[in-house]
This record gives sequence, structure tokens and C-alpha cells, in this order.
Amino acid sequence: MRFERREHRPLYLLIVTPVVAVIAALALSGVLIAIAGAPVLDAYWRILTGAFGSRLSATETLTRATPLMLTGLAAAVAFRARLWNIGAEGQFYLGAIAVAAASSKLLGNLPAPILIPLLLLIGAIAGMVLILIPLWLRLRFSVDEVVTSLLLNFIAVLFVSMLIDGVLKDPLAFGWPQSQSVSDHAMLPKLIARSRLHIGFAIAIGLAVVVHFVQSRTVFGMQSRAAGLNPTGAIFAGVPLGKTLVKVACLSGGLAGLAGAIEVMGVKGYVTTDLSPGFGYSGIVVAMLANLNPLGVVFAAIFTAIMFVGADSMSRGLGIPTYIADVTVALSLLTMLIALFFNQYRIRR
Amino acid sequence: MMQLFDIIGSAGLWAAILRIATPLIFGTLGALLCERAGVLNLGIEGIMTFGAMIGWLSVYHGADLWTGLLIAGIAGGVFGLLHASLTVTLGLSQHVSGLGVTLFASSFSYYVFRLIVPLANTPPTIVPFQPIAIPGLSTLPFIGPAFFTQTAPTYLAITIALLMAYIIFRTPVGLAICMTGENPHAAEAQGVNPMKVRYGAVIAGSALMGMGGAFLTLSAFNSFFPTMVQGRGWICIALVVFASWRPGRALFGALLFAFFDAFQLRLQTALSGLVPYQLFLMTPYILSIAALAVMARRARVPQALMQPYRRGER
Repeated sequence: MRFERREHRPLYLLIVTPVVAVIAALALSGVLIAIAGAPVLDAYWRILTGAFGSRLSATETLTRATPLMLTGLAAAVAFRARLWNIGAEGQFYLGAIAVAAASSKLLGNLPAPILIPLLLLIGAIAGMVLILIPLWLRLRFSVDEVVTSLLLNFIAVLFVSMLIDGVLKDPLAFGWPQSQSVSDHAMLPKLIARSRLHIGFAIAIGLAVVVHFVQSRTVFGMQSRAAGLNPTGAIFAGVPLGKTLVKVACLSGGLAGLAGAIEVMGVKGYVTTDLSPGFGYSGIVVAMLANLNPLGVVFAAIFTAIMFVGADSMSRGLGIPTYIADVTVALSLLTMLIALFFNQYRIRR
Repeated sequence: MMQLFDIIGSAGLWAAILRIATPLIFGTLGALLCERAGVLNLGIEGIMTFGAMIGWLSVYHGADLWTGLLIAGIAGGVFGLLHASLTVTLGLSQHVSGLGVTLFASSFSYYVFRLIVPLANTPPTIVPFQPIAIPGLSTLPFIGPAFFTQTAPTYLAITIALLMAYIIFRTPVGLAICMTGENPHAAEAQGVNPMKVRYGAVIAGSALMGMGGAFLTLSAFNSFFPTMVQGRGWICIALVVFASWRPGRALFGALLFAFFDAFQLRLQTALSGLVPYQLFLMTPYILSIAALAVMARRARVPQALMQPYRRGER
């Protein structure tokens, strides 16, 4: 048995692949659910109804999908240029804390139409700053950015923990380490009344479209793809590799920082060290499930959010640990990897 | 200032260093073995978590401690097999596959743990490895209590480090591993099967990672809790670069790293209230990044690291 590279990739494969990967992952986690002694089909039905069965659960799922779309985009744009930004979690927290600090210490009195865009920008910049450290280490000292960007996640969370224990601590929080709240008019408007779904959802989808356009229609998009496909070839063809990577990093870190800013301004209103249940890490899976396609990220993020929100209610109903959601999502990453392989290769006897 | 000397002069600090270093030694050697054969294994964080969980769970259900450690090693090897299938046979991106293994292994650990041990206020515990005083050496003043009253896995880790240095630099197997990591085509021309070597190295290396995780639950602590690995796996990946892919230096790097970690823990108590404790907790991660920056350019990376090998394809 050996593998042979496909001459051309039929279009149907590109559409079928993610679906097959997700079904395979669901089947595998079905085995785990069965081992736990629960009826598998009933469990999946509960996940689906738990995520979309009512107006409340549907808006909750989309609210949950919002930061995942942004961290997914952050990973997708970076990975496409083979910039291994695993630091979206830290960039998320830095974006969040920057918004809390700016709103409570400096800008809280500005009117909403000025304040909200300004805070979103500040959040994005905070994320950019954090990713520029690993990028600088890579360009200057040729340190692989996987480990450095990842280690910065731990540093960023501890930094946030220090601030919300210190200068940014909310004195009204009964001693809990929690940042001061952003002012009321810094909160993002609701998209649907009587729900938590906020305008950040629309912003995330809008950004997915913009990123798609940038990647497919601009010189920068072409250069970033070239940098990923073949760095030496790219340099030879006149692509300014360093500059391109800096731009890609700023885009990626900015999106992750924005995710944090939007989560604070759209949902919580303040920062704690459990603001993110791993949005940064799940973003990597989202990007892979979408095959690094910005528009695919929207759907992959919604799938992931369905798993997380639905698994919560399934867990209450059937007594299965909620970690099954993380297991399914991680499994989909692995099955997707294998499925993508068969997009490129076929088996020859 | 006197306080600093008191800390450095205490046998307790030096005993703690060896204890803190042990999981790092296991993990770093494991990652080093994989990378010497040309495969980056970013699954380490998840594999350590799984090792910690399955080792603890086995002992909790009646296995003895050594069996628990062995089971953790075998489980690590199974994840290594998964990573090797994806990266060696299919030639997929080692970065992405490793991250996938980490995400899967850690969430799977939490799932299995919660399934078997329901939520309780006080986590259930086991009786961990007890310190063994080495006859003769443990009675030496200062050095005895510091270095020769460790638990058995610590002695094992040091032995494996020395053994691995011997194997890599002095045996045909070591030569085959290094050649595969440098130039698999040349290795194949010499009659070495690069695929087999990579599989073997990744499985054995991942087994060491699993045992490193199990040290946490079977020796350092007596219970398992989620996120207990706390980035140790990633620190090991940094330590491999720091060690320039040499087992002896990996041992040294892990000890040096553990020294700073043990030292900051004590400094933290000495300076409590004056400096935010989070600053101390940041130091291991900052040190790892600094070590990477200092060593990355000087280190000689295995030339074929992260390059999939396919027969007849270049």
C-alpha cells in the first residue's frame, strides 16, 4: 500500500471532507458516551436541542460562537502564512484587560459612539503587542514561535490576575479578584432583545468576510499565502517575508485581542481569570475545521459552540461529564487532519 | 540578603530541586528522543496530563505504584503511536498533529477522570512513592538529605538520562536515530529504515512523557486535578532547545530550571505581601522564553526536524 499525490482535487471533496471529519469525530465520541452508559442517539439529540431547542439556547450558542469566530480567524490567518500563533488565549486576555483598564481608568466618560470603537481598537492593539514578542524572537533569534507564543499565554493570564488583584481590582466585588466593570455605555448593543446576543456577532461575521476578501483579492493576501507555501521561494519572488509576517501577526493578534475586548464589552462587563474557557485553544480547532478558510470559520465556530453549549445541557440530563464537548472538538481536529490528507493523496495498492 | 543565603544554604531547597526537576527530566528526554529522530512532538502537554491521570487512576484502583508508572508509560506510547501515524506515515504537519494530540489527550483525561471519580469536595488520594534513603550516602551531611533521599522515580529519571546519553552517542541504535533526524535519505542508503526509527523514537519518547506526568500524581502529589501539568510540557520543549538536543545537558537544564523554580517559591514566602505573587509564578515561563532566545541560534537543530519523509520524494 502506498500513497499517491492526486493530480487534481475534485470540488466535491473539499465540501464533503469537513462533513465526513465531523461525523467521524461524533461517532468516536459516541463510543465514549456509550461506554459511560448513556444512550448515544438520545445524547446527541439533547446536544442539538440544548444548543438550538429554544430562543434562549439558540442565542446563547451564537453568543458563544462569537469569540470562537474571532480566535478562529486569528489562527486561520496566521497558520496560512505558517506563522504558528498558539498564543490567541493570551492575546484574548490582554485585549480584555486593556478594555477594562481603558474604560475604568481613562476613557469611561466618552459618549458611546466614540467610546465603543475606541475600546475595540485598544483591545485589538493589546493583542497585537503580545504576538509581536514571539514574532520578534523568531525574526531576530530564529526561535520557533510555537513554544514562545504558548508560554506567553501563561504569562498573560498571570499578568491579568495580578492586575485584577491589584490596581484594577473592583472594590465592590466582595474580595473576589475581578476587574472594575466597564461603564454601561461601553457595553455593546444587543442584537436581539432579551438575550445575551450582542452586536459583536455581526462584527465577527463582517470581519470574516473582510478577511476572506483581503486574502483572496489583495497583494498582501497573496504574499501571506506565498510566505506559508514556500518561504524561500517567496523571498526569491520578491515577497518581503519579514514585513509580510509582521502584518500577518498584527492581523492575527489583533483579531484575538478583539475577541477578548468583545467578550468583555458584549457579555461580562468585567474581567476575571476564567473569562475564557479556552477560546484561544478552541480557535485553533475552529481554524483547522474550516481548512483555514475565513468563511468556513463562521460555520466551524458555530459547530464548536453547539458542542459546548449543547454538551452542558446533555451533561445535566444524562450525567455525562461536560468534557465530552472538548473531547469531540479535539477529535474533530484529528479526523479533519486525516480527511485533509485524503484530499491531497489517494491510496494505491 | 542574609535571607537569600539562608534559602540557598538549606538542604530542603536542594531536595526540592530534584523533585521539581524529575517530571521535566522525563519530559525533556522524551521530547529530545522524538526530535533527534526528526519528529517534533507538541503532544507532550496532553500526554503528560494523560499519564498523570491514568497513573493515578490505576493506583487508585489497586495497582501498585510501579505498575501505575508502567501503565502511564504505555498510555504515553499509545499517544506516540497516534502522533507517529499522523506525522510519519501520513506526513501531516507535525505542529498541528501535536496540538491535536495535546488537546485530545488532555480533554480525554479530564473526561475519563470525571467519569470514574465524581465531583467531591476533597479529591480522593492515594499513598504515593515514599523517599528512599540511599544507604551510606544519605547520612552525609547536607548532601545526604538533599540528594540521596528522593523517591524512586527521581533516581530512575537520572539513570535514564545517563543511559540515553550513552545510547545516542555510543551505540548503533543512537547513530541510526541521529542519522534519521539529520538526513533520512542518507540513513536509508545505509540500510536504516527511517520510518521504523521514527516510529520507535516517537513511541519511546512519548512513553517517557507519560511517565513524567505520572510522577506528578504518584510521587509529587497524591491526587489528580485538571490543569495540574500547568505548562510543564511546553517548558520541556523549550528545554530541549536549551539542551542543544543532548541528554546530559537536558539533565543539567532541567535541574537549573528547577533551581530557579524552587528558589522563587521560597523567595515568594520570604517576600510575601511586598511583591505580587503572580510575578513569581511568571518566572518559569519567562525563563523558558529567555533560554530559547539565548540558545536557539547556537543550537544545532536536527536538520530533518519537522520534515516528513516519503520514499522517493524529496
